Amino acid sequence: MKRAIQGHLQQLENESVHVIREVAAQFERPYLLFSGGKDSIVLSWLARKAFHPAPIPFPLLHIDTGHNFPETLEFRDWYVKEMGYDLEVRYVQDSIDQGRVQEETGSSASRNALQTVTLLDALKELRADAALGGARRDEEKARAKERFFSHRDTFGQWDPKNQRPELWNLYNGRKNFGEHFRVFPISNWTEMDIWQYIDLEEIPIPNLYYSHEREVVERDGILLACTEFIQLRTEELSSVRRVRFRTIGDATCTGAFESEAASVEAIIQETAAARITERGGRSDDKRSEAAMEDRKRQGYF
Amino acid sequence: MNAARAYAEMDLLRFSTAGSVDDGKSTLIGRLLYDTKSIFQDQMEQIEGASRRLGEEGVNLALLTDGLRAEREQKITIDVAYRYFATPKRKFIIADTPGHVQYTRNMVTGASTADLAIILIDARKGVLTQSKRHAFITSLLGIPHVIVAVNKMDLVAWSEGVFDQIKGEFGEFSKKLELKHITYVPMSALLGDNVVEASENMPWFQGGPLLHRLETATVGGRRNSIDFRFPVQYVIRPNQNFRGFSGTVASGTVQPGEEVVALPSGFSSQVRTIETFDGPKRVAEPGDAVVLTLEDELDVSRGEMLVRKKNVPTVGNRFEAYLCWMNEASMNSDTPYVLLHTTREVQAFVERLEYRVDVDTLHRESVQTLALNEIGRVDITTSMPIFYDPYRVNNATGSFILMDPHTNVTVAAGMIRGEVRRMEGRKPGTASVKAISRPVSPHVTWEGWNIPREEREARSGHRAMVVWFTGISGTGKTTIAREVERRLFAGGVQTMLLDGDHIRHGLCGDLGFSREDRSENIRRVGEVAKLFFEQGCVVLCAFVSPYRRGREAVRALFPADRFVEVYVHAPLEVLRERDPKGLYAKLERREIESLTGAGSAYELPLSPEIELDTHAQGLEDGIAAILARVRDIDTSGHREPR
Repeated sequence: MKRAIQGHLQQLENESVHVIREVAAQFERPYLLFSGGKDSIVLSWLARKAFHPAPIPFPLLHIDTGHNFPETLEFRDWYVKEMGYDLEVRYVQDSIDQGRVQEETGSSASRNALQTVTLLDALKELRADAALGGARRDEEKARAKERFFSHRDTFGQWDPKNQRPELWNLYNGRKNFGEHFRVFPISNWTEMDIWQYIDLEEIPIPNLYYSHEREVVERDGILLACTEFIQLRTEELSSVRRVRFRTIGDATCTGAFESEAASVEAIIQETAAARITERGGRSDDKRSEAAMEDRKRQGYF
Repeated sequence: MNAARAYAEMDLLRFSTAGSVDDGKSTLIGRLLYDTKSIFQDQMEQIEGASRRLGEEGVNLALLTDGLRAEREQKITIDVAYRYFATPKRKFIIADTPGHVQYTRNMVTGASTADLAIILIDARKGVLTQSKRHAFITSLLGIPHVIVAVNKMDLVAWSEGVFDQIKGEFGEFSKKLELKHITYVPMSALLGDNVVEASENMPWFQGGPLLHRLETATVGGRRNSIDFRFPVQYVIRPNQNFRGFSGTVASGTVQPGEEVVALPSGFSSQVRTIETFDGPKRVAEPGDAVVLTLEDELDVSRGEMLVRKKNVPTVGNRFEAYLCWMNEASMNSDTPYVLLHTTREVQAFVERLEYRVDVDTLHRESVQTLALNEIGRVDITTSMPIFYDPYRVNNATGSFILMDPHTNVTVAAGMIRGEVRRMEGRKPGTASVKAISRPVSPHVTWEGWNIPREEREARSGHRAMVVWFTGISGTGKTTIAREVERRLFAGGVQTMLLDGDHIRHGLCGDLGFSREDRSENIRRVGEVAKLFFEQGCVVLCAFVSPYRRGREAVRALFPADRFVEVYVHAPLEVLRERDPKGLYAKLERREIESLTGAGSAYELPLSPEIELDTHAQGLEDGIAAILARVRDIDTSGHREPR
């Protein structure tokens, strides 16, 4: 039987639902950024709760880098159908083909940074005035200063030193033509909160989060899955290990780690004991100390 | 018990921290995170590396919170940073507010949602100006709990004397403020004494470490659980058969079957269901994000509010507020700002700046405008009424922000004090203004009544009450009130009747019939009624009282169940015919310029307890209806007024 949520999770849910409804009320063409990862799954779950018994009054938008794990895409298509959501997909490959972006080369090549261009183009094309995202403040220190309602100028850029103060539960979504907002309803959730919520609400998630056997290669201290997107360097050797993923991003930059946790409950126990942050396995964050801030300024998720 | 369930039973405490870098604030936060094992290994490695690059000895825990590149480069904290940690008992959200840059703006922001504030004081320096500033903002924003953390006790040889002195000094200063629940903890954040673990160096202190205080402070102290207020956020209408009003319960509770009134329309209905994704609820409490459905098809939209019939907020477009200015461009009284209050957006002017508060000394200064990071007392006028309560009573319906119409940025945060009590058109300093300004009697200390009303009521055997007759001239207000009083008096009830003529000839002889003077007249009547009420009387007041705001202000002076508003009306043709004072005739002959209800505005009551149409019903019916209402005032059980 499903257990009722209470305590801090109930409060976090109330806060998120309030913010999501505020988006529907203040904006004309919002989109919910959906990656197939646990945070955007929880976000869409909360959106469904916010408008019940009506359907979510805005579509989901996925920026497909072309480097996703096949499991993620399979899950995405199943989940969206199951829940009855509308989904728009835009492809980084199209941006490359149109010459909007230049693909990185080399064995560490990642399309992570390229997504920003595709995302901004998509928002413009769809005339989106708000994009809901599943970013959390506990993920990374630049995100700790992010607002619930985060203003973006006509170039989609974030100005962290000049953010609007946000008080009580009053959210200022006023903007000029051509500008948009990024809205982060689950700002105050931690990784642990997300897992507890997934557990209590029995929310489906991709299998990648559970322990499974996979061929991996160790690179710069991170275990990367051997996929068609990864080229082994000459000195590198792959091996099959029991791993799972703590975050799901591109196959090129999302690290796996060895784990036996095969259920949400086991994941929660493992998370409670973890001594490494969730994004510690993300090579995209390790590029410099301010890597996330720099990407966010340009319009990243 | 499995881990998921154990964690799921925690509650949530939000707290803010105030203090400058020198007070060891970052060290304290770092210590809390580190000792509760909330800092991860890779975070620790990252700040160790960063500390080395900045040429610092040891690990600078402040680098954990300084998230932006500019902050790390300049070694200052620019913005409020949110940090999270949890113990098995509780999840905590820290709003860490920087010490110097943009100080007031940031602290006000962080404090707006906090259940508790930690004010750091350096034991060597004692209570500084800035400690007082922190205390003032904490008080202004109404944070329910304050912990004064006296830090760096290791540098004063763990002296109990030093601690006691700081405690005394802060306690003395805080008497000027509205701080509740102040506790003091002596500590050393650097060495970890009394942060997470009790200090062995200060056996004289038995109050327990800081974390214990954080784990046991009651949460939700900001919430008002009495006055039901439901600002409608978004209307959910999937099909013709379902119309739900989504929103977050701002305060109070509601259950299916209870009667609610929509503001501003005044239409009423009953709550049919409280809908959530997880099924219908039996009760909605403060903070719950729910969907209400009603028994009747009311046209209610975003920005309107559902409340209880007998407990309504003030409906008005002019109020007093504290304003904290948050923008580089100073306040401009000619700019039509956009005001966001609950889910309602209206245009607003800052009509008047009463004074600016020097946040360091609490002195009131007379100035022309408010600049960035300044706090002042203002009067605000809005284009449309809003439905508010004083911030002190209800944070959710007493707070608002102002946004610039051109740049769209948030320029100010406001906390409503109440209605504007001042009369316009009179120069400050004249005798009449001094006499009427209610909240400005700094030398009068309110001691309460010598003999409480309850004792008087026990002696008289009935409860005190105010019956307020409102309606335009000639409807029969005074006639009914006189007859009601006569019958109550005959039944042994202590009564008093106030009507326009009595008051206008004496107490309000200095007032005319302008809008301002009418408002002031009603305000004075309200205060007089209050005195008789406290004396134990059933007070009958018969006044045209055309303005809703004025009537609501009078209502607010009394307990909700002791005030009965009687709206008396009759068709205009009938009134012209009756015309007991010849006023309608005078109007026709143009001897008077206007008459309320006939050319001059009368604002209909939104939800009077009793409504009488004296043409349709006849006087006797009206009198009976009122007596029935007043009949349950008997406290002794054997003397029922007739």
